Amino acid sequence: MLNIKDISKTFNPGTVNEKTALSHLSLHLEPGDFASIIGSNGAGKSTLLNAVAGSFYVDSGSIALDGRDITFLPDHRRSVVIGRLFQDPLRGTAPSMTIEENLALAYLRSSEGTAPFSRIRKKDKEFFAEKLKLLGMGLEDRMRQPVGLLSGGQRQALTLLMATLVTPKLLLLDEHTAALDPGTAEKVLELTRTIVAENRITCLMVTHNMKQALELGSRTLMMAEGSIVLDVSGGERAGMTVDDLLRRFKAGTGKDLDNDRILLSD
Amino acid sequence: MGSILLISQTALELGFQYALVAMALFLSYRILDIADLTTDGSFVLGAAVSVTVTAAGHPVLALPAAMLAGACAGFVTAFLQTRMGVPSILAGIITNTGLYTVNLMAMGWKSSASLMRTDTVFTLLRDTGVGGDWYELLLSAAVTILAGVLLYLFLGTRLGLSVRATGDNRDMVRASSVNPTFTVTVGLCFANALTALSGGVVGQYQRTVDMGSGTGIVVIGLACLIIGETVVGRRGMGRGVIAVVVGSVIYRFIYAIVFYTKVVPVDCLKLLTAAVVALAIAAPTLKAGAGFQKRKLAAGRKGEG
Repeated sequence: MLNIKDISKTFNPGTVNEKTALSHLSLHLEPGDFASIIGSNGAGKSTLLNAVAGSFYVDSGSIALDGRDITFLPDHRRSVVIGRLFQDPLRGTAPSMTIEENLALAYLRSSEGTAPFSRIRKKDKEFFAEKLKLLGMGLEDRMRQPVGLLSGGQRQALTLLMATLVTPKLLLLDEHTAALDPGTAEKVLELTRTIVAENRITCLMVTHNMKQALELGSRTLMMAEGSIVLDVSGGERAGMTVDDLLRRFKAGTGKDLDNDRILLSD
Repeated sequence: MGSILLISQTALELGFQYALVAMALFLSYRILDIADLTTDGSFVLGAAVSVTVTAAGHPVLALPAAMLAGACAGFVTAFLQTRMGVPSILAGIITNTGLYTVNLMAMGWKSSASLMRTDTVFTLLRDTGVGGDWYELLLSAAVTILAGVLLYLFLGTRLGLSVRATGDNRDMVRASSVNPTFTVTVGLCFANALTALSGGVVGQYQRTVDMGSGTGIVVIGLACLIIGETVVGRRGMGRGVIAVVVGSVIYRFIYAIVFYTKVVPVDCLKLLTAAVVALAIAAPTLKAGAGFQKRKLAAGRKGEG
């Protein structure tokens, strides 16, 4: 499904702020894989997701999705098949537009009904309402309200729905529950689990929650200094505890895992 | 009594004609969140093209020609800011400066052009007898209302939604597989076509155009937008489009009152307009600042006590 080969990225090359964010990183995801990434501050977790989404072009190496080379494809073209959620719940929606209009925009990724001068049809609205019901937040009754009136949790749930409204080949989640209160975070995570499982979406998730990284999905990756240093799945992963993971990280990199957010979370 | 009627009629006519500029700013400034300084030049461009084409005997064709010219100007500004990395305000200023020469060219290398006894869209309507003495108002209102309805319908289409989202959240536009470069370009082309249409109608109405007629039109347009939004409200696209027309008509009435009563010299009106616009746009910052000073004062008093 996703095939990353030997990619590297250096920001501000040749200046005092030079930073190698990704260094000869390779990763292969099978269809239906759900991989979570953990790692120290500045290990390159978000940079990896940005590279896949196309926020910048990598300096070397290649990225292929479903057999198609997307290394030099601009981000808005990649978004046809890649859905994405950010940590900031405000980043995924347009606040002054209504819920209905936001969904209509997300629906532009579908191959049908996207003629530029066509309008939202009644059939589309019914489809949106049906999908909104699945969130269980009563948003289907507020479709004509601007998104700016919703809470962070509601906006993130809506963004999740928008990112998966047209089933993407790959879903990128960048700590998408980190900015929400625990109860809402749990709910959004549960929705993520359901939607990803039902549509068998291949998923790459950055998290700072070690337990989450072991429980959720099928694979756990650890990153350090722009590379993947640990990749566990299957039986080996099934019996793993957070302490095991930390030990393996130290064995692999010779360093303690250094992430203030991980230390602060349970 | 008769003169008041005449003054009102003129104010309404000009209000509708210049409402198209406010409508353009509603699209570029309010929706796309871009201060488009191409506006002044586009207005003169529209007027120049319209007058020149009318003089050549095609008053009806003159209006779409003016719009096309305006759209081209908008495209240049959009190209500079989206593809060439020129900051958006500077992109407008650069295009505007270039337009000075283009506008001279469109007027046959003179700083003004007039229509003698040629037909205009207004005389064509007068000759049919439709609208009686109000034919000029009828035509101005019809053009503006038609443009307003079309703009409103456009904003509800998928392309229109993408343009609206561009001013709201560009990340999200990209995530919806739409290129913001494209939506900014579409928005600025439309906006400048509207501005040029305004110039085109005004040019035929006054049967003349000169290089100075566009000076400050962007600030006047913003004033109309702000007045309209204060009166009509801001929520919703339909309300926004109606607001600019209402605002523009109110502005022209204020202008007429100043012009005839001379409460302030007419030459001061631009300074007044500029002050009103600056104050209106500064209002949120001023409010926040006042709130902060109040808190500081309150905290100081508590400290003493």
